Amino acid sequence: MNLWLIVFFPLIGFLLNALWGRRLPKAVITIIGVGSVAASFIYVLAVLSKLYPLNTPYSQHYFTWIQSGFLNVGFDLVIDRLSAVMLLIVTGVGLLIHIYSIGYMEHEGGYYRFFSYLNLFTFFMLILVLASNLLLLFVGWEGVGLCSYLLVSFYFHETWATNSGNKAFIVNRIGDFGFSLGIFLAVAMFRTLDFGKMATAVSALPVEAGFGTLAVLTLLLFAGATGKSAQIPLYVWLPDAMAAPTPVSALIHAATMVTAGVYMVARLSFLYDHAPAAMEIVAIVGLFTAVLGATIGITQNDIKKVFAYSTVSQLGYMFLGVGVGAYSAGIFHLMTHAFFKALLFLGAGSIIHGLSGEQDLRHMGGLRKAMPITFVTLGIASLAISGVPGFSGFFSKDAILAAAYAHAHWMFWVGATTAGITAFYVFRAYFLAFFGDYRGHHHPHESPLTMTVPLMLLAALSFGGGYFNVPAWLAAMYPIAEHENMTPVIVSATFGIIGIIIAAFLYVFRPGTAESLKNAAGGLYKLVYNKYYVDELYQAAVVKPLKGIARVVLWKGVDEGLVDSGIVNGFGRAIRGWGSVLRHFQSGSIRNYATWVLAGCLLVIFAIGLFGGGR
Amino acid sequence: MEHVPLSWYLILSAVLFALGVAGFIYRKSVLTVFMSIELMLNAVNLSFISFSYELQRIDGQIYSFFVMVVAAAEAAVGLAIILTIFKNRGTLQIDEVDSMKL
Repeated sequence: MNLWLIVFFPLIGFLLNALWGRRLPKAVITIIGVGSVAASFIYVLAVLSKLYPLNTPYSQHYFTWIQSGFLNVGFDLVIDRLSAVMLLIVTGVGLLIHIYSIGYMEHEGGYYRFFSYLNLFTFFMLILVLASNLLLLFVGWEGVGLCSYLLVSFYFHETWATNSGNKAFIVNRIGDFGFSLGIFLAVAMFRTLDFGKMATAVSALPVEAGFGTLAVLTLLLFAGATGKSAQIPLYVWLPDAMAAPTPVSALIHAATMVTAGVYMVARLSFLYDHAPAAMEIVAIVGLFTAVLGATIGITQNDIKKVFAYSTVSQLGYMFLGVGVGAYSAGIFHLMTHAFFKALLFLGAGSIIHGLSGEQDLRHMGGLRKAMPITFVTLGIASLAISGVPGFSGFFSKDAILAAAYAHAHWMFWVGATTAGITAFYVFRAYFLAFFGDYRGHHHPHESPLTMTVPLMLLAALSFGGGYFNVPAWLAAMYPIAEHENMTPVIVSATFGIIGIIIAAFLYVFRPGTAESLKNAAGGLYKLVYNKYYVDELYQAAVVKPLKGIARVVLWKGVDEGLVDSGIVNGFGRAIRGWGSVLRHFQSGSIRNYATWVLAGCLLVIFAIGLFGGGR
Repeated sequence: MEHVPLSWYLILSAVLFALGVAGFIYRKSVLTVFMSIELMLNAVNLSFISFSYELQRIDGQIYSFFVMVVAAAEAAVGLAIILTIFKNRGTLQIDEVDSMKL
């Protein structure tokens, strides 16, 4: 059994398609691109069936990567129950999205490029999940960031796409700077980066009472997570990342990469458990992100933007979960979210595909007759995200909210209200797209089988995913706290259903009411519609001053003033000056040269006389 | 009868060399400058021979032969160059041959 084979297949797929994809026929590219992930998925299944029930982690050491002083970092892969869940999500959902892409990307340029990037992404994501030390995890972490950048800028001939790609990359750099500082601090503290050894070392320490080194360490790592997993204050890149082709939004910006932060916190739970102050901050950041994402989601008109803010919001829920110590609930929600959010995006992609690129909800409507499969599957996903009892989202969201209720009541009430808002905006998009009269001018048509089959499979998972009892599976790693109180369950489910009813009332039964409400809200609506002006705020507070400093101090001052005219041109000037003196020696007159030869000879003789000869 | 002391030869050699240097630097005709160079070479030859005789060693004589061979070769090449200069420029004034620069 070789764990490296799991990551090896997508890497080979990437290399083949990246190096020779341009010359290969489409069918071969498809077989390589999808086949590599399928092979990986099957191999994961084989490994897990052999290792089942996986009571102890199974790790393999391949080689020593860094040996320097006391620090020893190896290329070690490990499977435990946590990474098993992640492996199944990454390869399983990933495979479905790869299949879906066959249909979606059929008429787009750069088919081979798309699949090679997707394979590379899968490779890095698997490294991230399987890594058994912090540095190797960081390799995967940065690698998926790179692939995210490449895929967001996939339509690189469009300025908006490359701008969005840059934004995603730069915002992530900010978070990753914190993450790398966290790694350094971990090295200084534990003298190792191996998860197992760190856990042993930290278990000897007491739980921090106030705000100590462990809190700093965990918050630095969490800074990386706010970038990668789109939390306040670094969430701004994710909505813009919708410039990517829709399967990418489903795979990277909904199901897998953006959940890496949650996975990281769960993986390092032993650290977070010892720093309650940091945990509290994680929970609060998650909660506020959930509220912020959900409220912005209400007002957006681009169907992908609605789901993007929904992702921000749902990721906030996951951090709320891990922040209040319910790691298994966070991972549970991560899994169900991967199912239903991937489905929401793929369904949106199916609509966009069927409408020849139309993304604006105002130009949709009445699509349920033209796209019946999309209609049904997207409906299941919407019910799942709304937390309607019986659907997957209900179980996981309930687990988080119950834990929040046990931790602090106010967190629960805010979270439950947000659940209602979530249901409202998702169904707003759903009703606007599928009910009423058609308001566009394309000819809607149902998508091909390669797209609808993944939709149906994901719909089955979105419905039934909640019955995989992830918290029980992870109980050995994260003990389940029993919450006997039924209040949170009932309240959150009720809020969800109320949200759906309001959405149905506003957009199906009384269309037009929404418009007057919007006008009544006036300034508040405008504030939310413009995303609380956060982008503008960042522009004014961070980007502009930075650009100013870069231009005035770094460019004009340091580069042009010091480096260019000081050092580079200074050397030139000095040499030119010496040259203008020395050039007088080369007069062209033989007599002159002869004099210099004579002077040189005399000098040599004089020197020999002064300092002594060879003997 | 007392033989001539070594210092006299050396003084003669130094005087000849100084004359050669002075001619090399101050004469205006290329041909004379060239002859001054020969004079310097022969001045050096003289001191070689003197030392060879004084110290009863053969090395000095060997060196002077070397110098004579080099001088002969140089004379051949040098005179050829001087002829070419005269052909091309119609003058042998050393100050007018000043194109040895970029």
